Amino acid sequence: MSARLAAVMAVAVITVSLVVTGCRRAEHETETVLHFWGLGREGEVVAELVRDFERENPRIRVEVQQIPWTAAHEKLLTAFVGRSTPDISQLGNTWIPEFVALRALAPLTPWIEQSITVRPEKYFPGIWSTNVVDGTAYGIPWYVDTRLLFYRKDILARAGFPTMPVTWAEWRAAMEATKRIVGADRYAVFLPLNEWAQPVIFGLQNGSPLLADEWSRGAFAEPAFRDAFEFYIDLFRDGLAPPVGNNEIANVYQEFERGYFAMYVTGPWNLGEFKRRLSPEMQGKWATAPIPGPDAAHPGVSLAGGSSLVLFANSPHKEAAWKLIEFLSAPVQERRFYALTGDLPAQIAAWEDSALTGDPNMRAFRDQLLHVVPTPMIPEWEQIAMRVQEKAEMAARGAVPADSALALLDRDVERILEKRRWLLARARESGENTP
Amino acid sequence: MSAPIERRKVRTAWLFLAPALGLIGLFFFLPVIAGLLLSLTDFDIYAIGAPETARFVGLRNYAETLSSPLFWQAVKNTFYFVLVGGPLSVLVSLGAALLLHARATRLRSLFRTVYFAPVVTTLVAVAIVWRYLYHPRYGFLNHALGWFGVGPIDWLGDPTWAMPGIILLAVWKNFGYNMLIFAAGLGSISQELYEAAAIDGAGSWQRFRNVTLPGLAPVFLFVGVTTMIGFFQLFAEPYVMTQGGPLRSTTSVVLLMYEEGFRWWRMGIASTMAALLLVITLAGALLQISLRRGERV
Repeated sequence: MSARLAAVMAVAVITVSLVVTGCRRAEHETETVLHFWGLGREGEVVAELVRDFERENPRIRVEVQQIPWTAAHEKLLTAFVGRSTPDISQLGNTWIPEFVALRALAPLTPWIEQSITVRPEKYFPGIWSTNVVDGTAYGIPWYVDTRLLFYRKDILARAGFPTMPVTWAEWRAAMEATKRIVGADRYAVFLPLNEWAQPVIFGLQNGSPLLADEWSRGAFAEPAFRDAFEFYIDLFRDGLAPPVGNNEIANVYQEFERGYFAMYVTGPWNLGEFKRRLSPEMQGKWATAPIPGPDAAHPGVSLAGGSSLVLFANSPHKEAAWKLIEFLSAPVQERRFYALTGDLPAQIAAWEDSALTGDPNMRAFRDQLLHVVPTPMIPEWEQIAMRVQEKAEMAARGAVPADSALALLDRDVERILEKRRWLLARARESGENTP
Repeated sequence: MSAPIERRKVRTAWLFLAPALGLIGLFFFLPVIAGLLLSLTDFDIYAIGAPETARFVGLRNYAETLSSPLFWQAVKNTFYFVLVGGPLSVLVSLGAALLLHARATRLRSLFRTVYFAPVVTTLVAVAIVWRYLYHPRYGFLNHALGWFGVGPIDWLGDPTWAMPGIILLAVWKNFGYNMLIFAAGLGSISQELYEAAAIDGAGSWQRFRNVTLPGLAPVFLFVGVTTMIGFFQLFAEPYVMTQGGPLRSTTSVVLLMYEEGFRWWRMGIASTMAALLLVITLAGALLQISLRRGERV
């Protein structure tokens, strides 16, 4: 090969590469970069889903940042104060009221009105309402989460209850029957004392609003909550539930298999864990069921949990970000997301999937998800929930009587909500002053 | 006659000090004062969105904090850590420094580097390794304890053992720094004193008691005060190892402050805790200094 040929080739290569880089630069200038914050495992998985979105939308590039759940809340708040929030983020749906109070989130109602994929009626109503503050939607449900009963079919059948009851009275009878056959050192139901969900669910089932006067005061000592709380505390007092938390039970799966308890109120993540951790003989001996309600007229409601996708108010790329939200909300993506993570889809249409409908344990989740209600949508809720857990634990362990635990709880909540009452009063005053 | 010269000297001195004082004022005194003012308000999540909703509340935050059982639990945990971990850390440092000083070999600088390495290693990386060491079933520590017939301990999951676990990690992580200071202190004790003591018939223990320890007295004061201040600010170890659990047994005052401030965004309460911690630390430092002073007289 001559030197001239080599020179010609070199020139060609350089020219081509210049053209290519030139093109790429031109492309880069019109490219929109979306910053997406995903939490925990979902953050890992979403990086895979957005590749397809980028292929469909070559002008948009998505940069996913993964944030561990333990640090997510702090990181989002600090980012807001430091004006460095992403365009779009995953947000636990109980955090939405807080970020709305900060005016950090963009209202989504105008986008939803024009959308085909994202319509309120395509979601579980209770879940959708956790995203709506004062009539405006601020988040789109991404995946959902609730609590229900996991139980041992074999033990319950031996106790004379082949199917799970639907009312408290029958449920309580089933527990007593179970207790009689398992003996003194075993229990009917495990309600972990380090979780606030169980006492709150019973309260919600009995129609308690939890907080009164526009969520500015505790309503825990009022009859609706008090009766439910007494039902809950009696389970411990009468030896039907062990007065312990999760850390005192070293391995819940082992204890469930051993029959230390026959029923367990917990969430969807345990579907996978039960399949993985229980022995092969145990598979087929357990099932899930919606939580029984106070009476036949009140369906047993549960918590409306999960994560939503939100748009930040100061994002300059709202249109592109909304496109991404629509993309991720499409039933086909929700199904892929379920396959990758096991997170339950928020779009009801996505449940028309053989992996979901074929599993009877999933059907209980679907039924329960149609009966979920949000907890009070105020920034202080998480603090209040921790107080509920604390006081319920005190009463369940027998440290204080149930009614004084509730009085203490209302007193604590009264103090936490002092600021909120002041803000409400101030808003009313200024409302009166303006003509 | 000498007064103007004196005055000029003073002025020059202030001029030289000005940059340092300016920086200290800007980055130390100003934030402290801002923090104290913040502790008198109810600055919270609402106030970030609308600053006009922050109110002056006087000493209410102090009353609330001092009546909170969780705060006292955190104080108790912190004192546990300081009173057990602090002396242990100083003793280990002193022991390591004495060993290094005695074996005047070529390996001395190697050992000094090895012992100092944990101080400059990132805690998060260290924590990952230590979490493996502490693992109840697969951890090396429990394996080693098994050789002596000691049953497995759930180091980070058991409320009684979590704090000792944190102390062990903190002592290992920090002793190298004080070791260097002790080593320097040992080097500055005159060799003649040891020789004179040896001639007077003092054994090695007596030489240590009567020459080394008094020679190190000022170093002890420095090491004691800085270690105590550092240990009172216990945060990173429980934050990465246990998140303050189990059952709040490793929640320190600073960790609680962080939770109040950055989890619940109750800046007023968090600043109050900071102010209270300042008072506690200051009292501890003054106590130590007065004890040393009493000793020297």
